Amino acid sequence: MTDLLFVNVRLLDPASGLDAPGELLVREGHIAECGAGLGRPDGAATLDGEGAVLCPGLVDMRVDLGEPGGEHRETVASAALAAAAGGITTVAALPDSKPAIDDPALVRLLRARGEETGSLTVLPYGAVTRGCRGEELAELGLLREAGAVAFTDGAHAIGPARLMRLALTYAAGFGARIVQHPEEPTLAAGGAATEGELATRLGLPGIPAVAEAMLIARDIRLARLTGGAVHFAHVSTAESLALIRRAKDEGLRVTCDTAPPYFDLNETAIGDWRTYAKLSPPLRAEADRAAVAAALADGTIDAVASDHAPRDPDDKRLPFAQAASGGTGLATLLGVTLAQVHGGAISLPRAIELLTVAPARLLGVAAGTLAKGAAADLCLFDPDRIWQVAAGALPGKAQNTPFDGRALEGRVIGTWKAGRRVFGG
Amino acid sequence: MRHLLAIEGMHRPQIASLLDLAESYVLLNRTGKTPRDRLRGRTLINLFFEDSTRTRTSFELAGKRLGADVINMTVSTSSVNKGETLLDTAATLNAMNCDLLVVRHASSGAPALLAQKVDAAVINAGDGTHEHPTQALLDALTIRRHRGSLENLIVAICGDVLHSRVARSNIHLLGAMGARVRLVGPPTLMPAAAERLGAEVFHDMASGLAGADVVMMLRLQLERMARGLVPSAREYFRFYGLDAQKLACARPDALVMHPGPMNRGVEIDSAVADHPTRSVIREQVEMGVAVRMAVLDVLSRVGANA
Repeated sequence: MTDLLFVNVRLLDPASGLDAPGELLVREGHIAECGAGLGRPDGAATLDGEGAVLCPGLVDMRVDLGEPGGEHRETVASAALAAAAGGITTVAALPDSKPAIDDPALVRLLRARGEETGSLTVLPYGAVTRGCRGEELAELGLLREAGAVAFTDGAHAIGPARLMRLALTYAAGFGARIVQHPEEPTLAAGGAATEGELATRLGLPGIPAVAEAMLIARDIRLARLTGGAVHFAHVSTAESLALIRRAKDEGLRVTCDTAPPYFDLNETAIGDWRTYAKLSPPLRAEADRAAVAAALADGTIDAVASDHAPRDPDDKRLPFAQAASGGTGLATLLGVTLAQVHGGAISLPRAIELLTVAPARLLGVAAGTLAKGAAADLCLFDPDRIWQVAAGALPGKAQNTPFDGRALEGRVIGTWKAGRRVFGG
Repeated sequence: MRHLLAIEGMHRPQIASLLDLAESYVLLNRTGKTPRDRLRGRTLINLFFEDSTRTRTSFELAGKRLGADVINMTVSTSSVNKGETLLDTAATLNAMNCDLLVVRHASSGAPALLAQKVDAAVINAGDGTHEHPTQALLDALTIRRHRGSLENLIVAICGDVLHSRVARSNIHLLGAMGARVRLVGPPTLMPAAAERLGAEVFHDMASGLAGADVVMMLRLQLERMARGLVPSAREYFRFYGLDAQKLACARPDALVMHPGPMNRGVEIDSAVADHPTRSVIREQVEMGVAVRMAVLDVLSRVGANA
């Protein structure tokens, strides 16, 4: 492989605090050098970034890949196309597939499926419970040994307090996090939208927003009791964030992420029965959306994940209450997050931190940096280039984006996996 | 007006002109001189995914009195994938060149989904817990005929507001026409943020009915008790069933209404339901046909690009 020299780029590496114009040299799939005034080695190919931002390939810590069992919605290969177009080179895959990732062989299979794409590292989550059924613990130790980065039941909340206590206690022995879908299941059962005026007007069964904070409050206490590490996924309400902020101040092992819909959209997006905007958790009131955006800045939120949930038309072309929840997110992760930069809520380095090194650290992997010697997983993007999201024209298979029609500023120009270009050019 | 999917979003003049037209059909119905050529050659399909003999019959009669060809389709709701049936049915109906499509469905928003897929004018005949627009129109016509106007009347809507599409349509319509709406029911059967819909919320009948011009009772689905929202039928009747004693809290000439079918002894006492001067429940049924004729009439004109 010939050397590749990026010139005329804005190097952005939140892991090291680097944010400066310069060059970056890729050799044998790794980052050889990075900085200003690098010489051009003999035979190196040059890529002129024309001032665009070069940052680590994005790390997306919450993705439903569709595989195994949902290949008509998405496959690892099709998700890899969408990820590459979104500048993403590493994803953590949810285990509530069919079958669930509750067996070490399945963890190895998913990792291998990622390697086959040549463009995407797939880091499997292991199931907390067998079949993600919420009854008995899966073989967490064996799953961990096979390469599971953490444990979760995906879109299913771990409901019984005893089970959550057990999971936190046991997983702590292996140094692993439990990732919770924070929604009190008996309050949320049958709901299709956040309880409130809009759901009442539409005649939709509501889920009280407090269903999220309730489970978070409980699990924070269980984290204190057990010394275990809990991570709350797609946090979406002000009350939840206040609880997490306090738990962090107390020094508990509590972390969280959110997904772009929760800082970019509010519940009014479901008006006119738009099932593409039916998500889990459901979109919230504007005050909650604003609180999520604020928590990106103040550090309460540790990472932004796409929460990519592929659905096919048969899942979505239904009356709202029957339609499946979930939206695609790989191709729009960067663009929608950058809207918070353009809107002044967060800085560009903070946005990239939330999308690279922060989730990588939570997952315990070395990705998400431009450090010398690291794999040359790179994303080159123009933060000002304008494009419009169009369901039906997205890369990958699933098209159920809640951002259909949204104009975005910030587009990926190229993506490299271990030094090989996998998107653009 | 291309479809009639909801009362929410309709304005006073639009509602008033529909009621005026319906008024004229009341007289024509009584004299048997309905214009049978009005919808001649037009096809009306009653597409019911939920059983409802009275609403379906009312639309059928309305269509026939205007000369339409009326076809009733009752689709089994026991099929596993209701939505697939819904859109498959839409494609079939489109191929049949149906002009007017009356839809009843257990899911909120189903008629709106159909309206995106068919060429016919879609009339919502009740969707989930969302709306039941023609019921609100017929209720308004009934009240107007007794009180002359809806302006400033106090209307108490009582019972299972949470699950009631009739209540939602009435809240929007009565509000648009200047009436004052009260919602009365147990807190477990009151939707979140109900007061944000422009209504006053009460949890006891005595204060909710005080000074009311109209008492509109809602049907209590017996399955609500199975879900624990109400402990028992007798407890419900004790506190929220309309009997002579509770009705005495309203104005002495207050009208008693019910969209039917009634659960006698659960939400309403027979003595009140059958009261010769106060109860207008049977008249509501008559107004239903007239209102539906008016709706079909107006929507068919749009369909013909007139």
